[in-house]
Amino acid sequence: MATPLLALAQGGGQAAAEAGHYEPFLPGLVVLLPLLGFIVNGILALQHGRASADAVRRGEELDLGDASSRPATHTLPTWIGPGVMAAAFLIAVVNFARMYGVYLEEPVIVRYWTWIASGTFTVEAALQLDQLSMIMMLIITGVGFLIHVFSVGYMKEDPGYPRYFAYLNLFVFFMLVLVMGSSYALMFVGWEGVGLCSYLLIGYWFSDREKSDAGKKAFIVNRIGDVGFLIAMFLLFREFGTVDFVPVFAEAETLAYAGGLVTAITLFFFVGAIGKSAQIPLFVWLPDAMAGPTPVSALIHAATMVTAGVYLVARSSALFALAPLSSAVVAGIGVLTALFAATIALKQDDIKKVLAYSTVSQLGYMFVGVGVGAYAAGVFHLMTHAFFKALLFLGSGAVIHAMHEAYHSTHSHEDAQDMRNMGGLKAFMPITWVTMWIATLAIAGIWPFAGFFSKDEIIWYTAAFGGAENAPYPALYTVYWIIALAAAMLTAFYMTRMMVMTFHGENRTGAEESKALHEAPPVMWIPLAVLAVLSIFGGWINVPEELQASWVGLFGVLPASEWLHHWLEPITAQAHHIQEVNLGELSHYSPFGGGEVLWATISTVAAGIVVLASIRFVGGQKVVPVAQDEKKPTGFAKVLANKYYVDEFYDRFVVQPIVGASRFCWKIIDARIIDGAVNLVGMLSKGVGWGVSMFQTGTINTYAFILTVGVLAILGVTLL
Amino acid sequence: MVTEALVLSAILFVIGTFGVLIRRNAIIMFLCIELQLNAVNLSFVAFSRMFGIEGQLFVFFVMTVAAAEAAVGLAIIISIFRHYETVNVDSFNLLKW
Amino acid sequence: MTALLDSIGYSGWALHALIWLPVLGMGLVLAAEESKAKTVAFWWSLGVFVLSVGLWWAFDPTVGGMQMESTTPWISTWGVNYSLGIDGISLFMVMLTTFSTSIAILGSFNYIKERERAFYALMLLLEAAVVGVFVATDVFLFYVFFELTLVPMYFIVGIWGGERRIYAAIKFFLYTAFGSLLMLVAILYLFWKAKTMLGVATFAYADLLQVPLSGTEQLWLFSAFALAFSVKVPVFPLHTWLPDAHVEAPTPGSVILAAVLLKMGTYGFLRFLLPLFPVAAQHPTVVTTMLVLGVIGILYTAWVAAVQPDAKKLVAYTSVAHMGFVVLGVFALTVNGLQGGLVVMISHGISTGALFLLLGMLYERRHTRTIADFGGIARVAPWFATAFVITALASIGLPGTSGFVGEFLALMGAFETHPTLAFIATLGVIFAAYYMLPMVQTVFFNKLEKDENRQIEDLSGREMAIMAPLCALMIIIGWNPTPILERMEPSVRMVIERVEDAGVQAATSDDDLQVVVAPPGEVAPTVTSPTPGSGTPEDADTPTADGDE
Repeated sequence: MATPLLALAQGGGQAAAEAGHYEPFLPGLVVLLPLLGFIVNGILALQHGRASADAVRRGEELDLGDASSRPATHTLPTWIGPGVMAAAFLIAVVNFARMYGVYLEEPVIVRYWTWIASGTFTVEAALQLDQLSMIMMLIITGVGFLIHVFSVGYMKEDPGYPRYFAYLNLFVFFMLVLVMGSSYALMFVGWEGVGLCSYLLIGYWFSDREKSDAGKKAFIVNRIGDVGFLIAMFLLFREFGTVDFVPVFAEAETLAYAGGLVTAITLFFFVGAIGKSAQIPLFVWLPDAMAGPTPVSALIHAATMVTAGVYLVARSSALFALAPLSSAVVAGIGVLTALFAATIALKQDDIKKVLAYSTVSQLGYMFVGVGVGAYAAGVFHLMTHAFFKALLFLGSGAVIHAMHEAYHSTHSHEDAQDMRNMGGLKAFMPITWVTMWIATLAIAGIWPFAGFFSKDEIIWYTAAFGGAENAPYPALYTVYWIIALAAAMLTAFYMTRMMVMTFHGENRTGAEESKALHEAPPVMWIPLAVLAVLSIFGGWINVPEELQASWVGLFGVLPASEWLHHWLEPITAQAHHIQEVNLGELSHYSPFGGGEVLWATISTVAAGIVVLASIRFVGGQKVVPVAQDEKKPTGFAKVLANKYYVDEFYDRFVVQPIVGASRFCWKIIDARIIDGAVNLVGMLSKGVGWGVSMFQTGTINTYAFILTVGVLAILGVTLL
Repeated sequence: MVTEALVLSAILFVIGTFGVLIRRNAIIMFLCIELQLNAVNLSFVAFSRMFGIEGQLFVFFVMTVAAAEAAVGLAIIISIFRHYETVNVDSFNLLKW
Repeated sequence: MTALLDSIGYSGWALHALIWLPVLGMGLVLAAEESKAKTVAFWWSLGVFVLSVGLWWAFDPTVGGMQMESTTPWISTWGVNYSLGIDGISLFMVMLTTFSTSIAILGSFNYIKERERAFYALMLLLEAAVVGVFVATDVFLFYVFFELTLVPMYFIVGIWGGERRIYAAIKFFLYTAFGSLLMLVAILYLFWKAKTMLGVATFAYADLLQVPLSGTEQLWLFSAFALAFSVKVPVFPLHTWLPDAHVEAPTPGSVILAAVLLKMGTYGFLRFLLPLFPVAAQHPTVVTTMLVLGVIGILYTAWVAAVQPDAKKLVAYTSVAHMGFVVLGVFALTVNGLQGGLVVMISHGISTGALFLLLGMLYERRHTRTIADFGGIARVAPWFATAFVITALASIGLPGTSGFVGEFLALMGAFETHPTLAFIATLGVIFAAYYMLPMVQTVFFNKLEKDENRQIEDLSGREMAIMAPLCALMIIIGWNPTPILERMEPSVRMVIERVEDAGVQAATSDDDLQVVVAPPGEVAPTVTSPTPGSGTPEDADTPTADGDE
């Protein structure tokens, strides 16, 4: 174990010679630093746990005192947790700067040690540095760092503080392994590792049974997807004898276009993506995952982990481009999820549930993007979404934090997350209010915020892909396009509803409680501000050429036309080539006519109208606090409020039958049939023995008589 | 000559056998067993006239074993008698299942 | 290290010492005072373990065949020899045995409170017998050791066990003895066959490999061996002795049972079933049957485990599921599958052993094993909870732990030859989470409600000393299994090559009842004398003998 760790720290083995001019800068340290953070924080957490266990045994809680007299186990993680993230981010930036000027055609692979070498199967513990992993690395360490900083404020009074940072660091470690691993096998390590951290962090307040259950649910549902991932890997290995990215993609085109094998491989990979990225039908775990601390929701369940599925599809673009059916399924599931989750979000009252369903919906958009061959657009939306959704979650965290303290001040047990208890918060928390509005406009797709560019590109590519010369299912893509547009309008509505219910109108927190409402401390609002800046300008790095010249690009004023597109070209080139050969040119017109500029204009104007209209509409509705709210939703609203009863359906038709079958296997098959048979054999031999023992009378004469008869019988038989 | 001896031996053996089977007194059963052994001895001696000296040799073995057996057997019967004050074998069925 | 070992002639006496030192230790323990017995036993077993670690360096990883061989005549009229040897398959089993024995003895300090001397003496006897099983290269000697393991285990369960210990001990004994008696018959048949065909009375493994066997004979002998080993593994549906034995056995008994005794079954698969009867072992019906049983074992026992109210029984059932992966890997008949099976064996030994130890520690504290009696223990015992969670994750095969490497390779190997079955087996990954996580949650998480649970102590120093190496191994093997894999590979390859060669010969010969199997690494022997009663080549040429009309 020491050797691998040392290898990582020393910058590892030799980078491949064909690395061009790009010289990786301690890439192993990016991965290693969060791991070290985990180890140190973990040891602190265990120490801390011992102390608090003693208190618990006495029937008390550990007294954390006031800020000045907290134990070192509580104060050290404040520096270690975000510290390792900052360092990792800086290293990532240096690497990015080095790669920036170089057009790197082949990924740079940094090998450390041979992880598994068995017979015909070898997989190295190696990091792959290329444009895609670089972008992911920056997002993970950058946004991750901001969220760590925010957590310092959000979690400072939590008794499990060091444990929290230990888990968070471990998560970042696995997430980096996921995106930097040079093979599917290594990616799978990160894939399940982040699932584990998600489990631990959702169930972070494990004393609460519901939260603990939510963590378990997330893990098990994720594992259903993981089986798909495993099977896809096995298929790859059977075909290519390796699961490393470079050789697999190099030989990918030996597979028949639209053939059964490549379709199977990609569909199984997509099953994995469905589980991890919470798409229909495996999305049920994500809303429950909101049981975790809010910064966790921001980091894991919005910005990074849940986008792993999108990363997987983008990474495997060469395979997905070969399988038009799989791509259509990816886009189809994506667009259905986008719509489905958006409708559920319309009727949620818990601020985090709204954001959770919104995340599911936005992930759907990303899958539409990678499903219609716009891999760069999918990654683009992944990036902008990481900015504005992290901002929204952190903002909601600030709100919940304030609400919680408000209720705490009066020992009230009202729900601090229910928007019906909020209202009018803009007066108390102006910074949160402004930054969250920025994120809302971004997610709603209002020009010139980040979400506008990324979402518009995805929607546009859906139309363009369906209009390609030899598009596989043109009509289907038209349907996708319409649904995607419609879901965008729903997004604008439910997000505005959330903002209005939270920040506008009368305050409904309660007269006493509202006195304790306050703006978040700087350690919390500074990350919000940084993310707000990114949510505004983040989209400008990838303005499509066609739009740049129009009003959308301020007639050429916005910089960096299609930068991300070009940046990711070495990754997506193969897929684009396959696509061009087989499908021909993409269309320049939507199914209903009109080019990209027209439809971009239509969608942002429409979204703007929806935002304004819903401010009026929601603002005009009378919202009553939870305590006084007796009105139950009816009709379709009730179905929406209950999330289409999907959880109930799964419980009734999946979980209960399995539990029933398990009981049947145990009580009937195992205990009755198998063990019954075993015991029957035992009983039979006992019975026979008992019957035969009747001959043993204990009387000598009987024995002698039987003996004589026996001798005579034997003599008789032999002599006669 | 041999035939007569063998017939006598057979008669003695059958008497011994029936004695063992029918009588209930341990001492008498014991004596009947001795009778059987000696019937066999008689046939050994008779056969040794036809087949050589080994038969007579075996008689000595049988007698030795019989003597040892008598010693042990009588000792057991005596200690049973001390315990139960009877030598009727019907009343001993401790070895019943 | 190698030089040091050479200078003391390590490879000459190491294997003998590993068998006889525990026996000597047994004497020492019996002679010691009652209160000192456990200390003596622990340090002695630790010494044996340290000694066995030398095997890691003394073992030549480039050689596939037996190493450090030695032979002493024992019953020369029957051709029985006391001959020992080690290869890549048995190397890790031996080390696992010595390791788990020391750990189990250390773990029984508080659990065993009466007749301590007898207990620790039996543990050492068990160690000697199990090491003997793994290093014996004489089939008769193997059988003796194989049966000898039953004796101490029978007493350990029967004397120091729980309430239904007698039932469990007898069930365990009879179940396994039933299987192994049929194996004895098969061994005797092999012996007789060797005597008639080769002209020498021999039980030596290497000689028996050269006995020419017809396909039908192979099938019968295979079945007898397979039955004996399948009971031991255990393969569904012969598994019902295991939950009973585990639940009733004292903690150290469960540890040894799970960590090593079950491995004797799968070790038998690799050492005897595949090499001795390669034609039968790749007969499609046989392979399918074994794979299907393995898959049923994985899924069915995972389901049964999930609804167990007793934590120990739950873990016992998961053993069957894990061993299902081994069966799957072995009968995949690929290098990856076999290696995966072996790694699962090691990993299962470590992680399940650790789970039993942890449950034992819980039992010492609360005197209950019912899952529902616990709750919220992570709050009062954070180290305990951490160790348990790491172990549980290794058990369900999370990447980065030893469990993953094994399961992954086994499934991958099986997928190469039998994709459909491997696909179904992969679903076991889900059900592993389904049985393990609810248990972890109910015991360690949720609300700390009961007052008894509030007083549960965290790990003591001794208990940490037990758990630390176990957890470390789980993670080290998870991240760097290559040193282990590369030591196994040559031996595994020999097994696979032998099976494949036999398959090729069976395919090329006219009559597959007449396959002569070459020992690995040697030229096929010219002995092709037909077995009495089976068809001759002339028969095969006649049209009536063909079955494929």
